[in-house]
Amino acid sequence: MLSLALTLLGLLLVTFIIGRVMPIDPVLKVVGDRASQAQYEAAYQAMGLDKPLVVQFFGYIGDVLTGNFGRSISTGQLVIDDIRHVFPATLELATLGTLIGVSIGVPLGVIAAARRGGIIDQVARVVALVGYSMPIFWLGLMGLLVFYGILGWVGGPGRQGIIFDGMVPSVTGLILVDSLIAGDWAAFRDAFSHIILPASLLGYFSLAYISRMTRSFMLEQLGAEYITTARVKGLSEGAVIWRHAFRNISIPLVTVIALSFGSLLEGSVLTEIIFSWPGLGQYITKSLLAGDMSAVLGGTIVVGVCFIALNLLSDLLYRVLDPRSK
Amino acid sequence: MSVTGMTRREWLLSDAPLTRRQARLGALYQGWLTFRANKLAMFGLVILILLIGMAILAPWIAPQSPFAQNLAGRLAPPSAEHWLGTDALGRDILSRLIHGSRITLFIVGTVALIAPIIGLFIGTVAGFAGGWIDQVLMRITDIFLAFPKLILALAFVAALGPSIGNAVLALALTAWPPYARLARAETLTVRNADFIAAARLQGAGPMRLLVRHIWPLCISSLIVRVALDMAGIILSAAGLGFLGLGAQPPMPEWGAMISDGRAYILDFWWVAAMPGLAIFIVSLAFNLLGDGLRDVLDPKGDKS
Amino acid sequence: MKMHLSSRALLLASALALAPAAYAETPADTLVVANDISDIISLDPAQTFEFSGNDVNRNTYDRLVDFDPLDMEAGFKPALAESWKVAEDGMSITFTMREGVTFHSGNPVRAEDAAWSLHRAVKLDKTPAFILTQFGFTADNVEEKITHDGNTLTISLDQPYAQSFVLNCLTAMIASVVDKETVMAHAEGDDLGNTWLNTNEAGSGAFQLAAWRPNEAVQLTAYEDYYQGASDMKRVIVRNVAESSAQRLLLEQGDIDAARNLTPTDVESLSTTEGVRIQDEPRGRILYMGLNQKDELLSNPAVIEAMKHLVNYEGITDSFLKGMFMTHQAFLPAGYLGALEDQPWTYDVEKARQILSDAGIEGGTITTKVRDLREYVDVAQTLQASMAEAGLTLNIEQMTGAQVLDAYRAREVPIFLGEWGPDYSDPNTNAATFAYNPDNSDEAMATGLLAWRNAYAVPDSMNEATVAATLEQDSDKRAQMYQDIQRQYQAEAPIIPLFQRIENTGLRQNVQNWNAGGSVTSVMYHQVTKGE
Repeated sequence: MLSLALTLLGLLLVTFIIGRVMPIDPVLKVVGDRASQAQYEAAYQAMGLDKPLVVQFFGYIGDVLTGNFGRSISTGQLVIDDIRHVFPATLELATLGTLIGVSIGVPLGVIAAARRGGIIDQVARVVALVGYSMPIFWLGLMGLLVFYGILGWVGGPGRQGIIFDGMVPSVTGLILVDSLIAGDWAAFRDAFSHIILPASLLGYFSLAYISRMTRSFMLEQLGAEYITTARVKGLSEGAVIWRHAFRNISIPLVTVIALSFGSLLEGSVLTEIIFSWPGLGQYITKSLLAGDMSAVLGGTIVVGVCFIALNLLSDLLYRVLDPRSK
Repeated sequence: MSVTGMTRREWLLSDAPLTRRQARLGALYQGWLTFRANKLAMFGLVILILLIGMAILAPWIAPQSPFAQNLAGRLAPPSAEHWLGTDALGRDILSRLIHGSRITLFIVGTVALIAPIIGLFIGTVAGFAGGWIDQVLMRITDIFLAFPKLILALAFVAALGPSIGNAVLALALTAWPPYARLARAETLTVRNADFIAAARLQGAGPMRLLVRHIWPLCISSLIVRVALDMAGIILSAAGLGFLGLGAQPPMPEWGAMISDGRAYILDFWWVAAMPGLAIFIVSLAFNLLGDGLRDVLDPKGDKS
Repeated sequence: MKMHLSSRALLLASALALAPAAYAETPADTLVVANDISDIISLDPAQTFEFSGNDVNRNTYDRLVDFDPLDMEAGFKPALAESWKVAEDGMSITFTMREGVTFHSGNPVRAEDAAWSLHRAVKLDKTPAFILTQFGFTADNVEEKITHDGNTLTISLDQPYAQSFVLNCLTAMIASVVDKETVMAHAEGDDLGNTWLNTNEAGSGAFQLAAWRPNEAVQLTAYEDYYQGASDMKRVIVRNVAESSAQRLLLEQGDIDAARNLTPTDVESLSTTEGVRIQDEPRGRILYMGLNQKDELLSNPAVIEAMKHLVNYEGITDSFLKGMFMTHQAFLPAGYLGALEDQPWTYDVEKARQILSDAGIEGGTITTKVRDLREYVDVAQTLQASMAEAGLTLNIEQMTGAQVLDAYRAREVPIFLGEWGPDYSDPNTNAATFAYNPDNSDEAMATGLLAWRNAYAVPDSMNEATVAATLEQDSDKRAQMYQDIQRQYQAEAPIIPLFQRIENTGLRQNVQNWNAGGSVTSVMYHQVTKGE
């Protein structure tokens, strides 16, 4: 726990320093283009920018510890409220994306390894390579054009159709879940039709990674002696693959999935922009370019906590379950 | 060195090499044979060689100036005159792509040189030294890893001012942590291996162990990772270009070209599609190459 | 790979059966607008100064005088003030309030509220406060200068300003009338309710603010007791959609009624789409080129003259800015009193080269900062190419708006390419920033003045002419004075107006009476109707 806290503190410090050395003036965002010098000075002091950096930093940490994340200057709202809004959007997208990636990627990887050199292996390889090599926003735009613009199969940009906007009471902030809680099927289908395209896109990229890693973990296991032994003992090929080899790769696989989930949580900025998805990535990017440091720091804390937690989890799994690194 | 009665090939493939040099060259040659047998990897290699050739010869093979504007002939579809069409300012897309290959190679090359070296150093030191050094280095790595990558790069460029050099620096600074983790993991698996213990018994100091015994073991997996990461670097650079923080106009950086074409994608698909395709092909080539290299260099990886 | 994606999408789509795309039309009493509203940071009329924030306040608040969306030509008309009277000496104006108007809270709109709203704006002294304080109000004297008595409100001025000047300023959003009782109930300390009003609303306008979720949406609902009659549109939803292509797709699908940030190519494509039409409206924003006079090269009159001929006006407005901007070479936009239509400059590289060589200028390099907006960067790149032909090198650094603005206010942008939007509907709004700069020293820190930012020492005669024009009561004479200033400006100033913005709104065919506010104000929804 201590190291987690230290990492987080370091993360905040780096963010803070970046924010202060960046030649973007947050005061201008507040007072605007036409402000007189006197108005500018007044805002500068009101924002506490005249205090020494160290005072500002520890003042900020103190505030955070008491649950005060400050107020965003680019939305005028409390950062905590903003994040309560944008984080579920990203979480929903990343979760569905990862689900898609795992549900297709893992079986694909296992089969590719089991039938090495076969058709499925080749297909899996091409799918993965293309996934690694494709500019994501181009694919997003084309997907939007084809499936929404031409075919009309999926919902457009945004999380919901406009007439459903604000219709479902927000409980978790995840619209899919909220609409189920409210029992509103129409809203659920609408939200699903909006999320499916960006989620598939993210899912595809996570699929590429997960299937590749699964395959290589599996190959490593399948080459091991105990597998040969099992085969010699006359176990069916299915049992060998799923009950023996697959069970042994589950630990590193969980790590891979966790990492891929983490990178979807933070790395979907471009997708969010293309699909007008009001998520965390967009929020941080916009705030950063506006010099809105309270918002950036708040967003960084969320991303940082998620990522560090996922990393710790993978470290723990390694230590607990892998005898070699003891 | 006696090669009488042996072709060079036989000498290289000899089961019983007579010298260290023969053994090493033999191993390399074996690797090359494995690599050559991989048609996809060879395909990737050929594309990259063509790309490098294109970059070197850009001014001679580009049909037109990459900067010459023609507002009357803007957004023209591919034709005999403009093979890949023209962009929003009427510039020849093919010529811009050809000149842009220089920028892409520069970015990818520099990042691929800087990031793994930082990562290798930090990762192996952490893994080998252990204790508090490991703790500190890995916490730093975690901090950088926990940061949203594109956003960190963006912040760096915003702080340093937009230019290609700064974009490269920012990408390198955000790209090293995975290498560090990888190198550390590799180090951990071999740290207590018998041959390390043997070397230590022979009196090798930590620095020597690191440089002579651990780095070589990490390098092959790093190279594979680098080759596989090239595409990611290209795409990240495109992301920076897309946000206007990479190459500055009128430089024909491919990522910036896509973002230029973004506004026109629905009606004039080629403006964004052509640089997108170029990026895709080059990334694919790097990935194929990386896949092939993995077969050769990474003994633990898959061989297919 | 596309195969792969499409087959999966196919599967999912069939799994969804008939779910999506079933709502091809928005409800008849709801207006759905796609717009980039990420600029909103406050909805307090005393503070709001961003386009989208003004768009909201325009509809949730009323002012003493206002524009009629169905008759913009007429200029300002009585609104919450039924009538007004200017004193003999021109030093004060007395307004008589309309009876029977209520705020959304149900409280009556009184002269006291109107006076207090103006006091409040002056005392809070947020950025737009200058629109009011230019008449001599300060936090200390405003309560004496603006007084109310029963049903009337009197504003005392420090100079006998043109009546049109004062009233035009009162159409600005900062002059919105705020519900005193409601706001003061939410005041914290001495903030006069600023914190609360930043995210809430206390007006009497045609619409009530139902919700504002930053970067997502603004929702308005019709105010049923509006004094001009309740709006046809019972709900207005402004959805934040940044990408033009996304707005276009939404409009094509019928998911929205209006798209407000379309690029010229999307406009062109939509103009042939069935069920959609494009409405062009000249807005007040002027795209101009500012040549910083601190730069040795750019302060050379020959270079200034040459630069005017290096902009490919026609080529630009016929290509990438087509329909989005029109050539306009004077600082008052069309639609303003005293606007000037003269276009003295044409694109002529040969002439520019001649001017430069006559002046003995052989080459030169300038590195400038350009905001990373597509249209500005494209203009900069065409300029870069034509300057190269004339022997001048231009290096471009793309930056965010905030960064460029920061440098601009520090007088550090050699060639500024960007837009200026008027702050209120009177010509003085632009004259006072383009053609007025009484003290050009660094210490003056007149960061709000474009002339100062470009280090342009406006000649005394022009400074005086700009002030004199605010005091002229005769509108025709006043217009003439502004035209004279602009002609002199075209002849000698280093700030070169290039284009005027045209807003192309994509509308569903059945949307009628859309009005984005013309060149003088912000969008209005009250009069919008939807036919079949």
